[in-house]
Amino acid sequence: MALRTLATRRRLGLGFQSIRGFQTFSLPDLPYDYGALEPAISGEIMQLHHQKHHQTYITNYNKALEQLDAAMAKGDAPTVVKLQSAIKFNGGGHVNHSIFWKNLAPVHEGGGEPPKGSLGSTIDTNFGSLEALIQKMNAEGAAVQGSGWVWLGVDKELKKLVIETTANQDPLVTKGSLVPLLGIDVWEHAYYLQYKNVRPDYLKNIWKVMNWKYASEVYEKECP
Amino acid sequence: MAAAAATTAISLTRAFIPCQGGSTRSLPFRKKERQCMRKAGPCMITAKFELKPPPYPLNALEPLMSRDTLEYHWGKHHRTYVENLNKQIVGTELDGMALEDIIVSTYNKGDLLPAFNNAAQAWNHEFFWESMKPGGGGEPSGELLELIIRDFGSFEGFIKEFKAAAATQFGSGWAWLAYKANRLDVGNAVNPLPSEEDKKLVVVKSPNAVNPLVWDYSPLLTIDVWEHAYYLDFQNRRPDYISTFMEKLVSWEAVSLRLEKAKARATEREKEEERRREQEEVKMADDETTETHLESDADDSEAK
Repeated sequence: MALRTLATRRRLGLGFQSIRGFQTFSLPDLPYDYGALEPAISGEIMQLHHQKHHQTYITNYNKALEQLDAAMAKGDAPTVVKLQSAIKFNGGGHVNHSIFWKNLAPVHEGGGEPPKGSLGSTIDTNFGSLEALIQKMNAEGAAVQGSGWVWLGVDKELKKLVIETTANQDPLVTKGSLVPLLGIDVWEHAYYLQYKNVRPDYLKNIWKVMNWKYASEVYEKECP
Repeated sequence: MAAAAATTAISLTRAFIPCQGGSTRSLPFRKKERQCMRKAGPCMITAKFELKPPPYPLNALEPLMSRDTLEYHWGKHHRTYVENLNKQIVGTELDGMALEDIIVSTYNKGDLLPAFNNAAQAWNHEFFWESMKPGGGGEPSGELLELIIRDFGSFEGFIKEFKAAAATQFGSGWAWLAYKANRLDVGNAVNPLPSEEDKKLVVVKSPNAVNPLVWDYSPLLTIDVWEHAYYLDFQNRRPDYISTFMEKLVSWEAVSLRLEKAKARATEREKEEERRREQEEVKMADDETTETHLESDADDSEAK
Protein backbone atom coordinates (compact mmCIF):
# COMPACT_ATOMS: atom_id res chain seq x y z
CA MET A 1 0.00 0.00 0.00
CA ALA A 2 2.72 2.43 1.02
CA LEU A 3 4.72 1.37 -2.00
CA ARG A 4 1.84 2.03 -4.36
CA THR A 5 1.30 5.43 -2.81
CA LEU A 6 4.97 6.22 -3.37
CA ALA A 7 4.84 5.02 -6.93
CA THR A 8 1.81 7.16 -7.77
CA ARG A 9 3.02 10.24 -5.90
CA ARG A 10 3.54 13.19 -8.21
CA ARG A 11 2.38 11.17 -11.17
CA LEU A 12 -1.19 12.32 -10.94
CA GLY A 13 -2.36 10.52 -14.02
CA LEU A 14 -5.45 8.39 -13.79
CA GLY A 15 -3.45 6.06 -11.55
CA PHE A 16 -4.31 2.50 -12.39
CA GLN A 17 -3.14 -0.99 -11.81
CA SER A 18 -3.88 -4.22 -13.54
CA ILE A 19 -5.89 -6.98 -11.88
CA ARG A 20 -6.69 -9.95 -14.04
CA GLY A 21 -7.53 -8.84 -17.53
CA PHE A 22 -8.51 -5.24 -16.90
CA GLN A 23 -7.14 -2.22 -15.12
CA THR A 24 -8.54 -0.86 -11.88
CA PHE A 25 -7.98 2.66 -10.67
CA SER A 26 -6.57 4.13 -7.50
CA LEU A 27 -6.73 7.52 -5.86
CA PRO A 28 -4.11 9.92 -7.22
CA ASP A 29 -2.26 12.00 -4.63
CA LEU A 30 -2.89 15.71 -4.42
CA PRO A 31 0.06 17.79 -5.65
CA TYR A 32 -0.28 20.01 -2.54
CA ASP A 33 -1.33 19.70 1.11
CA TYR A 34 -5.01 19.70 2.01
CA GLY A 35 -4.69 23.07 3.72
CA ALA A 36 -2.58 24.65 0.97
CA LEU A 37 -5.53 26.28 -0.81
CA GLU A 38 -6.77 28.14 2.27
CA PRO A 39 -8.42 30.53 2.68
CA ALA A 40 -10.09 30.03 -0.72
CA ILE A 41 -10.89 26.36 0.01
CA SER A 42 -10.61 24.94 3.50
CA GLY A 43 -8.41 21.97 4.34
CA GLU A 44 -11.43 20.11 5.72
CA ILE A 45 -13.24 20.39 2.40
CA MET A 46 -10.17 19.30 0.46
CA GLN A 47 -9.59 16.29 2.67
CA LEU A 48 -13.19 15.03 2.53
CA HIS A 49 -13.42 15.81 -1.15
CA HIS A 50 -10.27 13.88 -1.98
CA GLN A 51 -10.22 11.06 0.58
CA LYS A 52 -13.94 10.35 0.71
CA HIS A 53 -15.74 11.58 -2.39
CA HIS A 54 -13.06 10.90 -5.00
CA GLN A 55 -12.20 7.59 -3.33
CA THR A 56 -15.85 6.49 -3.41
CA TYR A 57 -16.11 7.21 -7.13
CA ILE A 58 -12.98 5.11 -7.69
CA THR A 59 -14.22 2.25 -5.49
CA ASN A 60 -17.58 2.15 -7.26
CA TYR A 61 -15.99 2.57 -10.68
CA ASN A 62 -13.72 -0.41 -10.05
CA LYS A 63 -16.70 -2.41 -8.79
CA ALA A 64 -18.70 -1.58 -11.92
CA LEU A 65 -15.76 -2.46 -14.15
CA GLU A 66 -15.36 -5.79 -12.41
CA GLN A 67 -19.06 -6.52 -12.96
CA LEU A 68 -18.72 -5.40 -16.57
CA ASP A 69 -15.79 -7.72 -17.06
CA ALA A 70 -17.76 -10.65 -15.68
CA ALA A 71 -20.85 -9.77 -17.71
CA MET A 72 -18.84 -9.49 -20.92
CA ALA A 73 -17.10 -12.80 -20.26
CA LYS A 74 -20.52 -14.41 -19.93
CA GLY A 75 -22.00 -12.57 -22.89
CA ASP A 76 -24.63 -11.10 -20.55
CA ALA A 77 -25.83 -8.22 -22.75
CA PRO A 78 -28.53 -6.76 -20.45
CA THR A 79 -26.07 -6.46 -17.56
CA VAL A 80 -23.46 -4.84 -19.81
CA VAL A 81 -26.03 -2.20 -20.76
CA LYS A 82 -27.35 -1.83 -17.21
CA LEU A 83 -23.84 -1.03 -15.93
CA GLN A 84 -23.43 1.96 -18.25
CA SER A 85 -25.00 4.49 -15.88
CA ALA A 86 -22.79 3.44 -12.95
CA ILE A 87 -19.73 3.53 -15.19
CA LYS A 88 -20.59 6.98 -16.51
CA PHE A 89 -21.30 8.36 -13.04
CA ASN A 90 -18.42 6.83 -11.10
CA GLY A 91 -15.92 6.79 -13.96
CA GLY A 92 -16.88 10.39 -14.70
CA GLY A 93 -16.41 11.25 -11.03
CA HIS A 94 -12.90 9.83 -11.18
CA VAL A 95 -11.99 11.56 -14.46
CA ASN A 96 -13.40 14.92 -13.36
CA HIS A 97 -11.81 15.01 -9.93
CA SER A 98 -8.44 13.93 -11.33
CA ILE A 99 -8.55 17.01 -13.57
CA PHE A 100 -9.93 19.25 -10.81
CA TRP A 101 -6.99 18.67 -8.44
CA LYS A 102 -4.59 19.70 -11.20
CA ASN A 103 -6.68 22.79 -11.94
CA LEU A 104 -5.90 24.18 -8.51
CA ALA A 105 -2.63 25.39 -6.99
CA PRO A 106 -1.61 27.17 -3.80
CA VAL A 107 -1.00 30.90 -4.25
CA HIS A 108 2.73 30.54 -3.50
CA GLU A 109 2.98 28.01 -6.31
CA GLY A 110 1.37 30.29 -8.85
CA GLY A 111 -2.32 29.69 -8.04
CA GLY A 112 -4.42 32.56 -9.36
CA GLU A 113 -1.74 33.93 -11.70
CA PRO A 114 -3.38 34.83 -15.03
CA PRO A 115 -2.56 32.71 -18.07
CA LYS A 116 0.34 33.77 -20.21
CA GLY A 117 1.30 32.89 -23.77
CA SER A 118 -1.08 31.63 -26.39
CA LEU A 119 -3.93 30.69 -24.00
CA GLY A 120 -3.96 34.23 -22.56
CA SER A 121 -4.28 35.82 -25.98
CA THR A 122 -6.86 33.28 -27.18
CA ILE A 123 -9.00 34.05 -24.14
CA ASP A 124 -8.85 37.75 -25.03
CA THR A 125 -9.83 36.95 -28.62
CA ASN A 126 -12.65 34.55 -27.72
CA PHE A 127 -14.10 36.27 -24.65
CA GLY A 128 -12.83 39.84 -24.71
CA SER A 129 -10.83 39.49 -21.51
CA LEU A 130 -9.95 37.06 -18.73
CA GLU A 131 -12.38 38.95 -16.47
CA ALA A 132 -15.19 38.40 -18.98
CA LEU A 133 -14.39 34.69 -19.17
CA ILE A 134 -14.44 34.39 -15.40
CA GLN A 135 -17.76 36.20 -15.17
CA LYS A 136 -19.29 33.96 -17.79
CA MET A 137 -18.05 30.76 -16.14
CA ASN A 138 -19.25 31.98 -12.74
CA ALA A 139 -22.70 32.77 -14.14
CA GLU A 140 -22.99 29.39 -15.84
CA GLY A 141 -21.63 27.54 -12.82
CA ALA A 142 -24.08 29.30 -10.51
CA ALA A 143 -26.95 28.37 -12.83
CA VAL A 144 -26.24 24.62 -12.83
CA GLN A 145 -29.30 23.00 -11.25
CA GLY A 146 -28.32 20.49 -8.62
CA SER A 147 -24.91 18.90 -9.02
CA GLY A 148 -22.48 19.32 -11.88
CA TRP A 149 -19.48 21.03 -13.38
CA VAL A 150 -18.62 24.12 -15.39
CA TRP A 151 -15.79 23.77 -17.87
CA LEU A 152 -13.44 25.76 -20.01
CA GLY A 153 -12.59 23.46 -22.89
CA VAL A 154 -10.97 23.68 -26.27
CA ASP A 155 -12.84 22.42 -29.31
CA LYS A 156 -10.16 20.46 -31.14
CA GLU A 157 -11.88 20.70 -34.50
CA LEU A 158 -12.79 24.39 -34.44
CA LYS A 159 -9.67 25.39 -32.47
CA LYS A 160 -11.90 27.48 -30.27
CA LEU A 161 -12.37 27.90 -26.53
CA VAL A 162 -15.79 27.01 -25.20
CA ILE A 163 -17.59 27.18 -21.87
CA GLU A 164 -19.77 24.17 -21.12
CA THR A 165 -21.61 22.75 -18.15
CA THR A 166 -22.21 19.08 -17.45
CA ALA A 167 -24.73 17.51 -15.08
CA ASN A 168 -23.73 15.30 -12.15
CA GLN A 169 -20.45 13.59 -13.01
CA ASP A 170 -20.76 13.64 -16.77
CA PRO A 171 -17.26 14.32 -18.05
CA LEU A 172 -16.64 16.90 -20.76
CA VAL A 173 -16.11 14.19 -23.39
CA THR A 174 -19.88 13.66 -23.32
CA LYS A 175 -20.24 17.07 -25.02
CA GLY A 176 -18.26 16.31 -28.18
CA SER A 177 -14.64 16.69 -29.16
CA LEU A 178 -13.80 18.97 -26.26
CA VAL A 179 -10.61 18.82 -24.23
CA PRO A 180 -11.00 20.17 -20.68
CA LEU A 181 -8.61 22.95 -19.68
CA LEU A 182 -10.39 23.89 -16.45
CA GLY A 183 -13.23 22.24 -14.60
CA ILE A 184 -14.94 23.71 -11.57
CA ASP A 185 -16.85 21.31 -9.36
CA VAL A 186 -20.18 22.89 -8.37
CA TRP A 187 -21.46 19.94 -6.37
CA GLU A 188 -22.40 21.15 -2.91
CA HIS A 189 -19.74 18.88 -1.39
CA ALA A 190 -17.12 21.07 -3.07
CA TYR A 191 -18.02 24.13 -1.02
CA TYR A 192 -20.80 23.55 1.49
CA LEU A 193 -18.82 23.32 4.74
CA GLN A 194 -17.30 26.73 4.01
CA TYR A 195 -19.72 28.60 1.73
CA LYS A 196 -23.03 26.91 2.66
CA ASN A 197 -25.78 27.93 0.24
CA VAL A 198 -23.78 30.75 -1.38
CA ARG A 199 -22.30 29.03 -4.42
CA PRO A 200 -21.45 32.34 -6.15
CA ASP A 201 -18.99 33.21 -3.35
CA TYR A 202 -17.20 29.90 -3.82
CA LEU A 203 -17.04 30.54 -7.55
CA LYS A 204 -15.67 34.01 -6.94
CA ASN A 205 -12.91 32.75 -4.66
CA ILE A 206 -11.79 29.68 -6.52
CA TRP A 207 -10.07 31.82 -9.15
CA LYS A 208 -7.57 32.85 -6.46
CA VAL A 209 -6.15 29.33 -6.56
CA MET A 210 -6.69 28.54 -10.24
CA ASN A 211 -3.74 26.84 -11.85
CA TRP A 212 -3.62 28.56 -15.24
CA LYS A 213 -0.18 27.10 -15.87
CA TYR A 214 -1.73 23.64 -16.14
CA ALA A 215 -4.51 24.94 -18.43
CA SER A 216 -1.91 26.64 -20.65
CA GLU A 217 0.12 23.46 -20.96
CA VAL A 218 -2.91 21.43 -22.03
CA TYR A 219 -3.96 24.17 -24.45
CA GLU A 220 -0.53 24.41 -26.06
CA LYS A 221 -0.40 20.65 -26.47
CA GLU A 222 -3.82 20.62 -28.18
CA CYS A 223 -3.30 23.78 -30.23
CA PRO A 224 0.41 24.09 -30.89
CA MET B 1 -59.54 41.54 5.46
CA ALA B 2 -58.78 40.55 1.90
CA ALA B 3 -58.55 44.17 0.79
CA ALA B 4 -56.23 45.01 3.64
CA ALA B 5 -54.00 42.11 2.74
CA ALA B 6 -53.94 43.20 -0.87
CA THR B 7 -52.77 46.67 0.08
CA THR B 8 -49.99 45.14 2.10
CA ALA B 9 -49.04 43.00 -0.85
CA ILE B 10 -48.61 46.02 -3.05
CA SER B 11 -46.61 48.14 -0.67
CA LEU B 12 -44.55 45.43 0.97
CA THR B 13 -43.79 42.83 -1.62
CA ARG B 14 -42.08 40.46 0.77
CA ALA B 15 -44.59 40.82 3.53
CA PHE B 16 -46.16 37.78 5.07
CA ILE B 17 -49.69 37.85 3.78
CA PRO B 18 -52.27 36.30 6.02
CA CYS B 19 -55.08 34.54 4.33
CA GLN B 20 -58.73 34.81 5.10
CA GLY B 21 -59.49 32.51 7.97
CA GLY B 22 -55.81 31.84 8.42
CA SER B 23 -56.45 28.14 8.73
CA THR B 24 -53.68 25.63 8.33
CA ARG B 25 -53.21 24.67 4.75
CA SER B 26 -53.62 21.12 3.71
CA LEU B 27 -51.27 19.66 1.20
CA PRO B 28 -51.25 18.92 -1.59
CA PHE B 29 -53.95 21.27 -2.83
CA ARG B 30 -54.43 24.78 -1.62
CA LYS B 31 -56.04 26.68 -4.42
CA LYS B 32 -58.44 28.48 -2.12
CA GLU B 33 -55.80 30.43 -0.35
CA ARG B 34 -54.48 31.96 -3.52
CA GLN B 35 -57.87 32.75 -4.87
CA CYS B 36 -58.71 34.91 -1.89
CA MET B 37 -56.05 37.35 -2.98
CA ARG B 38 -57.47 37.64 -6.46
CA LYS B 39 -60.83 39.01 -5.48
CA ALA B 40 -59.40 41.91 -3.55
CA GLY B 41 -59.65 44.75 -6.02
CA PRO B 42 -59.48 46.00 -9.56
CA CYS B 43 -55.72 46.71 -9.51
CA MET B 44 -53.10 44.08 -10.37
CA ILE B 45 -52.84 41.84 -7.34
CA THR B 46 -49.74 39.81 -6.76
CA ALA B 47 -50.38 36.76 -4.65
CA LYS B 48 -47.27 35.54 -2.92
CA PHE B 49 -46.26 32.09 -1.95
CA GLU B 50 -45.20 31.96 1.66
CA LEU B 51 -42.29 30.24 3.30
CA LYS B 52 -44.07 27.96 5.71
CA PRO B 53 -41.97 26.91 8.71
CA PRO B 54 -41.53 23.25 9.63
CA PRO B 55 -44.21 22.01 12.07
CA TYR B 56 -41.62 21.88 14.89
CA PRO B 57 -38.88 24.18 16.22
CA LEU B 58 -35.65 24.23 14.25
CA ASN B 59 -33.75 22.43 17.00
CA ALA B 60 -36.44 19.79 17.57
CA LEU B 61 -34.77 17.12 15.44
CA GLU B 62 -31.40 17.35 17.20
CA PRO B 63 -29.07 15.57 17.38
CA LEU B 64 -30.25 13.62 14.32
CA MET B 65 -30.69 16.71 12.18
CA SER B 66 -29.01 19.77 13.62
CA ARG B 67 -30.46 23.20 14.14
CA ASP B 68 -27.63 24.45 11.96
CA THR B 69 -28.83 22.26 9.09
CA LEU B 70 -32.43 23.40 9.53
CA GLU B 71 -31.38 27.05 9.69
CA TYR B 72 -29.61 26.78 6.35
CA HIS B 73 -31.86 24.25 4.71
CA TRP B 74 -35.14 25.90 5.63
CA GLY B 75 -33.92 29.44 6.39
CA LYS B 76 -31.77 29.83 3.28
CA HIS B 77 -32.34 27.15 0.64
CA HIS B 78 -36.10 26.78 0.98
CA ARG B 79 -36.53 30.55 1.44
CA THR B 80 -34.54 31.27 -1.73
CA TYR B 81 -36.70 28.92 -3.79
CA VAL B 82 -39.88 30.61 -2.56
CA GLU B 83 -38.57 34.15 -3.01
CA ASN B 84 -37.17 33.44 -6.47
CA LEU B 85 -40.42 31.78 -7.52
CA ASN B 86 -42.41 34.82 -6.42
CA LYS B 87 -40.09 37.12 -8.39
CA GLN B 88 -40.16 34.83 -11.38
CA ILE B 89 -43.91 34.51 -11.79
CA VAL B 90 -45.00 38.05 -10.97
CA GLY B 91 -47.10 39.39 -13.83
CA THR B 92 -46.91 36.15 -15.80
CA GLU B 93 -49.74 33.75 -16.55
CA LEU B 94 -48.47 31.58 -13.68
CA ASP B 95 -49.25 34.31 -11.19
CA GLY B 96 -52.32 33.27 -9.25
CA MET B 97 -52.11 29.59 -10.08
CA ALA B 98 -51.88 26.93 -7.34
CA LEU B 99 -48.33 25.79 -6.71
CA GLU B 100 -49.12 22.25 -7.88
CA ASP B 101 -50.53 23.58 -11.14
CA ILE B 102 -47.43 25.70 -11.71
CA ILE B 103 -45.26 22.63 -11.17
CA VAL B 104 -47.15 20.47 -13.65
CA SER B 105 -47.48 23.28 -16.16
CA THR B 106 -43.80 24.33 -16.07
CA TYR B 107 -42.62 20.72 -16.11
CA ASN B 108 -43.94 20.98 -19.63
CA LYS B 109 -43.76 17.23 -20.26
CA GLY B 110 -40.07 17.13 -19.39
CA ASP B 111 -38.99 20.19 -21.37
CA LEU B 112 -38.62 22.33 -18.25
CA LEU B 113 -39.69 25.97 -18.23
CA PRO B 114 -37.71 28.46 -16.09
CA ALA B 115 -40.03 28.56 -13.06
CA PHE B 116 -40.10 24.78 -12.65
CA ASN B 117 -37.09 24.39 -10.39
CA ASN B 118 -38.14 27.04 -7.89
CA ALA B 119 -41.78 25.96 -7.89
CA ALA B 120 -41.03 22.27 -7.42
CA GLN B 121 -38.31 22.90 -4.83
CA ALA B 122 -40.63 25.19 -2.86
CA TRP B 123 -43.21 22.39 -2.80
CA ASN B 124 -40.71 19.58 -2.16
CA HIS B 125 -39.16 21.22 0.87
CA GLU B 126 -42.46 21.96 2.59
CA PHE B 127 -43.48 18.36 1.94
CA PHE B 128 -40.12 17.18 3.32
CA TRP B 129 -40.41 19.14 6.59
CA GLU B 130 -43.84 17.70 7.12
CA SER B 131 -42.54 14.19 6.43
CA MET B 132 -40.57 14.32 9.69
CA LYS B 133 -41.30 14.82 13.35
CA PRO B 134 -39.35 14.75 16.60
CA GLY B 135 -39.41 11.20 17.90
CA GLY B 136 -40.42 9.84 14.52
CA GLY B 137 -39.52 6.57 12.88
CA GLY B 138 -40.71 3.18 13.95
CA GLU B 139 -43.38 1.42 11.92
CA PRO B 140 -46.57 2.63 10.30
CA SER B 141 -49.89 1.02 11.12
CA GLY B 142 -53.37 0.46 9.75
CA GLU B 143 -54.11 0.62 6.06
CA LEU B 144 -50.75 2.18 5.23
CA LEU B 145 -48.92 -0.79 6.68
CA GLU B 146 -51.29 -3.19 4.91
CA LEU B 147 -50.65 -1.56 1.55
CA ILE B 148 -46.89 -1.47 2.17
CA ILE B 149 -46.93 -5.20 2.88
CA ARG B 150 -49.17 -5.83 -0.12
CA ASP B 151 -46.98 -3.84 -2.53
CA PHE B 152 -43.46 -4.44 -1.18
CA GLY B 153 -43.80 -7.85 0.42
CA SER B 154 -42.95 -6.60 3.91
CA PHE B 155 -42.15 -3.39 5.78
CA GLU B 156 -38.47 -4.39 5.67
CA GLY B 157 -38.76 -4.89 1.93
CA PHE B 158 -40.13 -1.38 1.56
CA ILE B 159 -37.39 0.11 3.76
CA LYS B 160 -34.77 -1.63 1.68
CA GLU B 161 -36.23 -0.36 -1.58
CA PHE B 162 -36.68 3.20 -0.32
CA LYS B 163 -33.14 3.35 1.07
CA ALA B 164 -31.72 1.98 -2.16
CA ALA B 165 -33.61 4.60 -4.20
CA ALA B 166 -32.30 7.39 -1.97
CA ALA B 167 -28.74 6.08 -1.99
CA THR B 168 -28.54 5.52 -5.74
CA GLN B 169 -30.04 8.82 -6.92
CA PHE B 170 -27.00 10.08 -8.85
CA GLY B 171 -26.26 13.66 -7.83
CA SER B 172 -28.96 15.87 -6.34
CA GLY B 173 -32.55 14.76 -6.01
CA TRP B 174 -35.25 13.08 -3.97
CA ALA B 175 -36.60 9.64 -3.16
CA TRP B 176 -40.34 9.14 -2.72
CA LEU B 177 -43.07 6.84 -1.60
CA ALA B 178 -46.08 7.65 -3.76
CA TYR B 179 -49.60 6.45 -4.39
CA LYS B 180 -50.08 5.63 -8.02
CA ALA B 181 -53.74 5.71 -8.94
CA ASN B 182 -55.25 3.95 -11.86
CA ARG B 183 -54.80 6.36 -14.74
CA LEU B 184 -53.25 6.32 -18.15
CA ASP B 185 -52.51 9.95 -18.75
CA VAL B 186 -52.32 9.76 -22.51
CA GLY B 187 -55.22 11.80 -23.84
CA ASN B 188 -57.99 9.58 -25.08
CA ALA B 189 -56.69 6.26 -23.88
CA VAL B 190 -58.52 4.42 -21.17
CA ASN B 191 -57.36 1.52 -19.08
CA PRO B 192 -59.12 -1.42 -20.73
CA LEU B 193 -59.07 -3.49 -17.56
CA PRO B 194 -59.04 -1.33 -14.46
CA SER B 195 -58.74 -3.07 -11.13
CA GLU B 196 -58.15 -2.15 -7.51
CA GLU B 197 -54.65 -3.62 -7.80
CA ASP B 198 -53.65 -0.92 -10.27
CA LYS B 199 -53.72 1.56 -7.44
CA LYS B 200 -50.58 0.91 -5.55
CA LEU B 201 -47.68 2.28 -3.59
CA VAL B 202 -44.47 2.83 -5.50
CA VAL B 203 -40.96 3.94 -4.60
CA VAL B 204 -39.44 6.34 -7.09
CA LYS B 205 -36.46 8.65 -7.22
CA SER B 206 -36.24 11.94 -9.05
CA PRO B 207 -33.38 14.21 -10.12
CA ASN B 208 -32.90 17.78 -8.85
CA ALA B 209 -36.32 19.42 -8.38
CA VAL B 210 -38.53 16.83 -10.10
CA ASN B 211 -41.31 15.30 -8.01
CA PRO B 212 -43.98 12.63 -8.65
CA LEU B 213 -46.73 15.23 -9.18
CA VAL B 214 -45.41 15.56 -12.73
CA TRP B 215 -46.24 11.89 -13.34
CA ASP B 216 -49.64 12.38 -11.76
CA TYR B 217 -48.75 10.30 -8.69
CA SER B 218 -49.71 11.37 -5.18
CA PRO B 219 -46.55 11.73 -3.06
CA LEU B 220 -46.76 10.28 0.45
CA LEU B 221 -43.22 10.55 1.80
CA THR B 222 -39.96 12.08 0.66
CA ILE B 223 -36.33 12.36 1.61
CA ASP B 224 -34.14 15.13 0.25
CA VAL B 225 -30.84 13.72 -0.99
CA TRP B 226 -29.32 16.96 -2.18
CA GLU B 227 -26.01 17.21 -0.36
CA HIS B 228 -27.15 20.38 1.43
CA ALA B 229 -29.73 18.24 3.27
CA TYR B 230 -27.10 16.23 5.11
CA TYR B 231 -23.65 17.62 4.55
CA LEU B 232 -23.32 19.62 7.78
CA ASP B 233 -24.42 16.63 9.87
CA PHE B 234 -23.16 13.64 7.89
CA GLN B 235 -20.71 15.03 5.29
CA ASN B 236 -20.29 12.42 2.55
CA ARG B 237 -22.11 9.68 4.49
CA ARG B 238 -25.43 9.76 2.67
CA PRO B 239 -26.35 6.17 3.69
CA ASP B 240 -26.10 7.10 7.41
CA TYR B 241 -28.37 10.08 6.83
CA ILE B 242 -30.90 7.91 5.01
CA SER B 243 -30.93 5.31 7.82
CA THR B 244 -31.35 8.01 10.46
CA PHE B 245 -34.24 9.52 8.53
CA MET B 246 -36.03 6.19 8.06
CA GLU B 247 -35.45 4.87 11.57
CA LYS B 248 -35.86 8.00 13.68
CA LEU B 249 -37.42 10.90 11.80
CA VAL B 250 -40.23 9.76 9.51
CA SER B 251 -43.67 10.88 10.61
CA TRP B 252 -45.82 7.88 9.70
CA GLU B 253 -48.90 9.79 10.86
CA ALA B 254 -48.26 12.36 8.15
CA VAL B 255 -47.80 9.60 5.59
CA SER B 256 -51.06 7.89 6.65
CA LEU B 257 -52.93 11.16 6.40
CA ARG B 258 -51.56 11.77 2.92
CA LEU B 259 -52.56 8.26 1.87
CA GLU B 260 -56.14 8.97 2.93
CA LYS B 261 -56.18 12.18 0.90
CA ALA B 262 -54.58 10.50 -2.09
CA LYS B 263 -57.21 7.78 -2.08
CA ALA B 264 -60.01 10.31 -1.71
CA ARG B 265 -58.57 12.28 -4.60
CA ALA B 266 -58.35 9.17 -6.77
CA THR B 267 -61.97 8.31 -5.99
CA GLU B 268 -63.09 11.86 -6.71
CA ARG B 269 -61.32 11.78 -10.05
CA GLU B 270 -62.87 8.46 -10.97
CA LYS B 271 -66.31 9.91 -10.25
CA GLU B 272 -65.49 12.96 -12.33
CA GLU B 273 -64.41 10.80 -15.22
CA GLU B 274 -67.54 8.73 -14.90
CA ARG B 275 -69.65 11.90 -15.02
CA ARG B 276 -67.73 13.14 -18.04
CA ARG B 277 -68.19 9.85 -19.86
CA GLU B 278 -71.90 9.92 -19.16
CA GLN B 279 -72.17 13.49 -20.41
CA GLU B 280 -70.27 12.57 -23.54
CA GLU B 281 -72.56 9.64 -24.17
CA VAL B 282 -75.59 11.85 -23.79
CA LYS B 283 -74.01 14.40 -26.13
CA MET B 284 -73.20 11.73 -28.70
CA ALA B 285 -76.74 10.42 -28.53
CA ASP B 286 -78.02 14.00 -29.06
CA ASP B 287 -75.70 14.46 -32.03
CA GLU B 288 -76.93 11.26 -33.61
CA THR B 289 -80.53 12.39 -33.27
CA THR B 290 -79.67 15.71 -34.92
CA GLU B 291 -77.86 13.95 -37.74
CA THR B 292 -80.78 11.66 -38.43
CA HIS B 293 -83.05 14.64 -38.41
CA LEU B 294 -80.86 16.51 -40.89
CA GLU B 295 -80.62 13.50 -43.13
CA SER B 296 -84.36 13.13 -43.23
CA ASP B 297 -84.56 16.86 -44.04
CA ALA B 298 -82.21 16.31 -46.94
CA ASP B 299 -84.27 13.38 -48.14
CA ASP B 300 -87.35 15.54 -48.01
CA SER B 301 -85.81 18.32 -50.07
CA GLU B 302 -84.56 15.86 -52.68
CA ALA B 303 -88.00 14.38 -52.97
CA LYS B 304 -89.50 17.76 -53.68
